Amino acid sequence: MAEILVLAEHDGETVKKVTTELLTLARAHGEPAVVWTGAGAEGAKARLAEFGAAKVYVADSSDYDDYLVAPKAELLAKLVTEKSPAAVLVAATSEGREIAGRLAVKTGSGVLTDVTGLADGMVAEQSIFGGAITVQSKVRTGTPIIAVRPNAVSPEPASGAASIEAVSADITDAAKTAKVTGRVVAERGERPELTEASIVVSGGRGLGSGEHFALIEQLADSLGAAVGASRAATDAGWYPHQFQVGQTGKTVSPQLYMAIGISGAIQHRAGMQTSKTIMVVNKDPEAPIFELADFGVVGDLFKVVPQLIEEIGKRSEG
Amino acid sequence: MNIVVLVKQVPDTWSERTLRPADNTLDRDAADAVINELDEYAIEEGLRLTEAHGGEVTIVSMGPEKAAEAIRKALSMGADKAVHLSDAALRGSDGLVSSAVLANVIGRSPFDLVILGSESTDARMGTLAAMLAERLGVPQMSFASKVDVDGSKITIHRQADYGYDTVEATLPAVVSVVEKINEPRYPSFKGIMAAKKKPVETLTLADIGFDPAQAGLAASPTEVVSFANRPPRQAGTIVADEGDGGTKAAEFLAARKFI
Repeated sequence: MAEILVLAEHDGETVKKVTTELLTLARAHGEPAVVWTGAGAEGAKARLAEFGAAKVYVADSSDYDDYLVAPKAELLAKLVTEKSPAAVLVAATSEGREIAGRLAVKTGSGVLTDVTGLADGMVAEQSIFGGAITVQSKVRTGTPIIAVRPNAVSPEPASGAASIEAVSADITDAAKTAKVTGRVVAERGERPELTEASIVVSGGRGLGSGEHFALIEQLADSLGAAVGASRAATDAGWYPHQFQVGQTGKTVSPQLYMAIGISGAIQHRAGMQTSKTIMVVNKDPEAPIFELADFGVVGDLFKVVPQLIEEIGKRSEG
Repeated sequence: MNIVVLVKQVPDTWSERTLRPADNTLDRDAADAVINELDEYAIEEGLRLTEAHGGEVTIVSMGPEKAAEAIRKALSMGADKAVHLSDAALRGSDGLVSSAVLANVIGRSPFDLVILGSESTDARMGTLAAMLAERLGVPQMSFASKVDVDGSKITIHRQADYGYDTVEATLPAVVSVVEKINEPRYPSFKGIMAAKKKPVETLTLADIGFDPAQAGLAASPTEVVSFANRPPRQAGTIVADEGDGGTKAAEFLAARKFI
């Protein structure tokens, strides 16, 4: 069975959930071989084995984190030449897409981004125009490069050997031109990442101020959810821009999406309408967001949300 | 500084966007066409950099004749001149082919910076800056929420889920920008009038020496096999809050096993 390369997303210790999703998808089409950059592969081996990784190619160098994107693309291009995989899977994160883009140029291969499923013959499903249209796409030249949307596939365990094989981590100077010199990590508590979270609670214009986002955070924390925001809220400076959900922000498809004080302009709907279940709280019964709601409450969010938080608290105690 | 800003005309997010059943490519006639929103932030950043450091902003756009409207908007904001690559053979080009063509156009003249929006609102691939950096052999400075240029050194804040990274490189470079970076200016009346006299060079693939057989739908390494409208969501339960809205919401969450 042909190999499928899966680029691992990790923080040096822990494998991100999306990597287990990629492994689940890869298993249906070939033998998954993880590509691990930097340190930490030994520690992650058990987790990768648990999701069916046959091999783990490890290129251990800090350069992969110290320079943007190009070193990882170079490594994958080299492995594509050496291993002739049936496909390369990466997570459709900002960086994952960019790695895919550079790899496509290097190998002259087609690249598909934001893929939500992969059928026989590597036919990829994508959701476009803010979820209004579902397309089936194919790569017809080179090695298919597939960037998979986080949370689109349910990770399922299956055992694999995850045998570790060191590969060369030599990186050309040409790939080391954009140097990462610092990292500023914003405070977000223990909340899960927006695109990976199974529950997302978002706040919008109806909150009226940045201080009131504390209510959204409180609701999110009661559910172990991530916090999102509409563009109106990020433009007003009420919540940091990287948490924006919508056409010009993040696309999320969690199990549960809660839109609080969000009217649901198409700009916002484009980023969340593929969520499995949608709950809405808004005082305007005419708000277009109600069209998407599985359950909606027409009312004052400052009354409804505190009551909801209290009820969630009661039920989790009981 | 010579700054190239890329502009793309896209179907308006607020109109009904669809594909053409004949070949599964974008139906440009079905929707109103507008300048890609994030490109306005790229133009603004280009203008601010030339205001601070001197030089000029050249708009480069690839698209049908109608894309001239988006180019005109960019010029009315204050860009100096434009190059419009328009050729029937380009129709249906995917991201990889488009990057090859654009790299060819950009590479015709020396540049210090290429600035573009981090993605277009139609295709939403978010890969063009990476592809161009790879093709042009210059540093990739993407997802910038802040750009500083000091002599030949460029520093950006690269937006990330966790906050941001500081990234440094030497010019020339490709920069993609996110919305947070600035507040794009509105074209002034004077700007709109001046834009009518600004030079727009219109080129075909033959003019740039790009083989038309390597462009367009047929030469693209990806294809859309089929498409279908997403089925509408089932109508949900909507209740008016009568003092028990939060409780009812909790009951729904419990019934669906979220709590």
